[in-house]
Amino acid sequence: MSMPETAPVATESPSQQAIKVLVWDLDNTLWDGTLLEGDDVRLRPGVQELLEILDKRGILQSIASKNDHGAAMAKLEELGVAEYFLYPQIHWSSKAASVEKIAKTINIGLDTVAFLDDQPFERDEVNHSFPMVLTLDANEVSALAGRKEFSPRFITDESALRRSMYQADERRNAAEGDFVGPQEDFLEDLEMKFILGPAQEEDLKRAEELTVRTHQLNTTGYTYSYDELAGFRDSEDHLLLVAGLDDRYGTYGKIGLALVEKGAQAWTIKLLLMSCRVMSRGVGTILLNHILHLAKEAGVKVRAEFLSNDRNRMMLITYKFGGFREIDRTGDLILFENDLERIQPFPSYVDVVVTG
Amino acid sequence: MATKKEKIKEFLAKFFRNHVLADDEDIFALGFVNSLLAMQLVGFVEKEFGITIEDDDLDFENFRTVNNIEALVGRKEAARVSA
Repeated sequence: MSMPETAPVATESPSQQAIKVLVWDLDNTLWDGTLLEGDDVRLRPGVQELLEILDKRGILQSIASKNDHGAAMAKLEELGVAEYFLYPQIHWSSKAASVEKIAKTINIGLDTVAFLDDQPFERDEVNHSFPMVLTLDANEVSALAGRKEFSPRFITDESALRRSMYQADERRNAAEGDFVGPQEDFLEDLEMKFILGPAQEEDLKRAEELTVRTHQLNTTGYTYSYDELAGFRDSEDHLLLVAGLDDRYGTYGKIGLALVEKGAQAWTIKLLLMSCRVMSRGVGTILLNHILHLAKEAGVKVRAEFLSNDRNRMMLITYKFGGFREIDRTGDLILFENDLERIQPFPSYVDVVVTG
Repeated sequence: MATKKEKIKEFLAKFFRNHVLADDEDIFALGFVNSLLAMQLVGFVEKEFGITIEDDDLDFENFRTVNNIEALVGRKEAARVSA
């Protein structure tokens, strides 16, 4: 992770990172005028368009405003833009605290956050605490969509769904907080449906994105280009699997990917990953166990490569507890093997659907 | 004060219902162990008993039964005292 060594003098910090969340101020930034002074506020020129463009690009948006929460939310509803914002922070506490809370709640690094405010004092206050936040003056609204930090490398079908997926997550988390009883009962209550099968052509962009974006639930961290993945999809010697998850609150999108190299004696799992969106859903072993079942039918052993990146211990545990034994180690690369004597059934709280 | 076994059982009880776990019962054979439980179990053991589970300890044999988990904790505690 790159962080600037010294606090920047200008209002902009030298962010190398693509922006994942834009945090808006309200008065004289999102709208013209000051709400609590009784102004008949209107969205500033270009704001509506920017909200829509960033939303389609999968860049999340939130609010840090010193305002009356009830009045501001009512105005956002009236202006028809309330739905664009996740976890809006509208209160009288410091904006640095608000920005930090937003990043923490959405679970992203502060170096992927941008903060838009007309007041230099507020921008400085945020940058004083968090120099890695990209701070922008409100007059940059019109130019913002053209900046490279706001032009993600991947725009997939899922990008436009990202906000609604986070909103579904917000409702889910609230339900989980309210739930009393065994975890399994809660998971059952979600009515999850896990759909897995060979990657289709329309999955490949998302598959490429997953190899780049996923670090924690990733066994090797190998990244593959669109063309490489397309090659694996057509190859007789490879199996490229994609998994998606839905529940009663909505879809999580495509959240799992596995690449298997099919040898005559053994299959080797080169890559197995799950999006951290599904971290606590108890679905992590379904894709793996599906591969084990397929291999058993084909009469071959299963091997798996594992490369530690300090953050993917959960995948090491998944392999170790899934009956894999280390058979070789070259530097940091571990090769596991599974004799397929013990394969866990799919969990009872998920409806597993295997396609084509 | 709750014994190690009681603490381990209390933790595991959160993951399933209508089943009283015996000390030597194979929790993997019962189909209770999903990736989530595995991760939380390792985290629980580390935090509750103040030990570090090394990669080499992550053998499912060590976590297969309440007795085995208790034995693992005992070994790690002994190693910590002598170290």
